[in-house]
Amino acid sequence: MSDQPFIARGFRGRRPQAPPGRVPPGQYETKDFPVLSAGPTPRTSLAHWDFTIRGLDGKSARWSWEELQALPHETPTVDIHCVTKWSKLDTTWEGVSVDTLLNAAAGIGVAGGSHILAFCDGGYTTNLPLADVTGGKAWVAFRYDGAPLPPEHGGPARLLVPHLYFWKSAKWIRGLQLLATDEPGFWEQLGYHDRGDPWHEQRYQGDP
Amino acid sequence: MPAENMRVDGNAAAGALRELFARDLTVATATCAGCGTARAVGELLMYGGPMGVVLRCPGCDSPMLRMASTPGWLRVDASGISLLAIPEQVSRGQSP
Repeated sequence: MSDQPFIARGFRGRRPQAPPGRVPPGQYETKDFPVLSAGPTPRTSLAHWDFTIRGLDGKSARWSWEELQALPHETPTVDIHCVTKWSKLDTTWEGVSVDTLLNAAAGIGVAGGSHILAFCDGGYTTNLPLADVTGGKAWVAFRYDGAPLPPEHGGPARLLVPHLYFWKSAKWIRGLQLLATDEPGFWEQLGYHDRGDPWHEQRYQGDP
Repeated sequence: MPAENMRVDGNAAAGALRELFARDLTVATATCAGCGTARAVGELLMYGGPMGVVLRCPGCDSPMLRMASTPGWLRVDASGISLLAIPEQVSRGQSP
């Protein structure tokens, strides 16, 4: 039984609460998985799909779907936070770490820069600091909740960067462009934050 | 739910567009900078949900107009519209 005093339990009410410290400021927990999109759902066959890391000088590293699948997979369980204020806890994914892809690209001389621009089928883009997709913080994810990632949630593959607001976890991803200087992507051009840390409520341009 | 099931047309953007222009834009004709087709703004396909307004060409899916309202600013990218033709609106009670 809880070691909380009786009065604190009573004031909590009956609604189950998220464990303290799991939900960032201004967010509420949802058990749903809302779908937001800036455009129609792309349909790219796996035979035509590839993932590219483009360097600063025009050189690139490229993986077909089979080549991506042959890289080591990880199965992160993470909380995700949308800038429209919902958070979903303990979501389960399978994908390849962005570190694995960047390290392989560096091995053929595709490296450098301080930021990346993720680019996607349908034309969506989002910018992030390189430091926010390295060190075990980001994946190219192709399975969600034990099944292939559905198209409306970004399948065949999406970027997964759970420590930032989820508009940075670009759906229908096809590659990363390495950048020497930061460049705003689709929503960032219209006023959303260049980094997007939910724990500092970095929702919009100008938020500290 | 697929994005297409949630999609509405540009008439749903009428209120947001009225912030930009004194005239009703949903009856304006917009020419797509991507494919050159001219259509009523009300026929364009609207996406973006709670994050902002994205009006796309029904023919080629190019983003024709993108808008988002964030604290202190309304930003608009209309570079996907190469021409906007807005008809003269006549107020009730006046002759044209």
